[in-house]
Amino acid sequence: MKNPCYINGIGAVNAQGIWNDDPFAHITEISNPLTMAMQPSYKELIPPAMIRRMSKGIKMGIFASQQALDEAAMDQVDAIITGTGLGCLEDSEKFLKNVLDNDEQFLTPTSFIQSTHNTVGAQIALRLGCKSYNFTYVNGATSFESALLDALMQIESKEANQVLVGGIDEIAGRTFALKQLVHEVKADGAVEKLKDSQSPGVNFGEGGTFFALNTEKRENTYAQILEVSILNKLATEEVVDFVTSFLTRNQLTLADVSAVVIGNNGDLKYDIYYTTFCTLFANQPQIFYKHLVGQSDVASAFGLAAAAFVLKKQIIPKTIQWNAIKLSELKYVLIYNQYLGKDHSLTLLRHVET
Amino acid sequence: MEELKEELKGKIIEVLNLEDISVADIDDSDALFGDGLGLDSIDALELIVLLDKEYGIKLSDPKQGKSIFESVNTMADYIAKNRTK
Repeated sequence: MKNPCYINGIGAVNAQGIWNDDPFAHITEISNPLTMAMQPSYKELIPPAMIRRMSKGIKMGIFASQQALDEAAMDQVDAIITGTGLGCLEDSEKFLKNVLDNDEQFLTPTSFIQSTHNTVGAQIALRLGCKSYNFTYVNGATSFESALLDALMQIESKEANQVLVGGIDEIAGRTFALKQLVHEVKADGAVEKLKDSQSPGVNFGEGGTFFALNTEKRENTYAQILEVSILNKLATEEVVDFVTSFLTRNQLTLADVSAVVIGNNGDLKYDIYYTTFCTLFANQPQIFYKHLVGQSDVASAFGLAAAAFVLKKQIIPKTIQWNAIKLSELKYVLIYNQYLGKDHSLTLLRHVET
Repeated sequence: MEELKEELKGKIIEVLNLEDISVADIDDSDALFGDGLGLDSIDALELIVLLDKEYGIKLSDPKQGKSIFESVNTMADYIAKNRTK
């Protein structure tokens, strides 16, 4: 018998600010190629001696993880699992620039130490004094789902009862200038909202989203995570089979799904995957979120937060609904994400009566 | 010497990313480690690199570090006597 896995707390820092009781009420839709996260004050959370060495990725991770723990009333965890596509990119760039500028001499330790991908998970653990399982997944656009799958298995197999899982990614100048050159990011000067996308590339964002997972449901439980599935390569014509096989494994039909969360990012070439996916759910509400936080390798963590929010509140805010279909009861929500036609993932959530 | 001390304080603030601290906040005789500025072992490595990069001083004996990095006064004094650039 597997242990159930409940989302009891959420924390986030992104272009909309921080996670709150009504995170989709007052939103600003992003339209710039690169949109930074709105940084909260970290001084109350992190001692000055530590904060001076931290890049924004680490700070966002610490803030979001603490927010999730606070909401779940958890002060210790059995595992900290992090997903990141590009890690602490600012310090990686700083370190590499130092190597070049100083002819491989005078290399200082700080930016190197802070540039490794597992720094965020390590700093969260250091702050909590947590010596338990600590793992970081760097798997492109399934980095977060890989972390989530590990967390789910840790809980279901009774290895852990309380898990902190999340994703962080940050924008840094040089890397994203290169991404603009290969048209992964829209060109400077482009002002296009997600649904009005006309030029190549997508609007990128940054941020951290964390979840406090628990085997026990509480009054404030958002939802139960039932399954996560990852597939690296998938042709558009294989999407239907990917989805139906996934639902069959969970003894569900397409009609059982109350709403879907889609990862549309305005990519003229690859959003066709979402169009194909949505044809299966033409009669259900469709939810999108990347118009709020932008694309990143872990943006789908915010998609999970959106799905958990609608299941808990049993309402879909207008600001995140893609179509116009309404349902009175939301029981199962299915999240689909892919990026550049690769790194496909499905995550299934169920409503929890508290 | 006073000019060197001011310059040194600015460089320390810059390389150690001492947020909310200005040159005027650091007294020449303040302890850099422990109760003073509260620097730690990673900062010590940064200061060793600073001496090498900015003043051409290579610290060959780690035992020297404790007395050299005691304060801005002791650092400036050591730099003035040993700098190669």
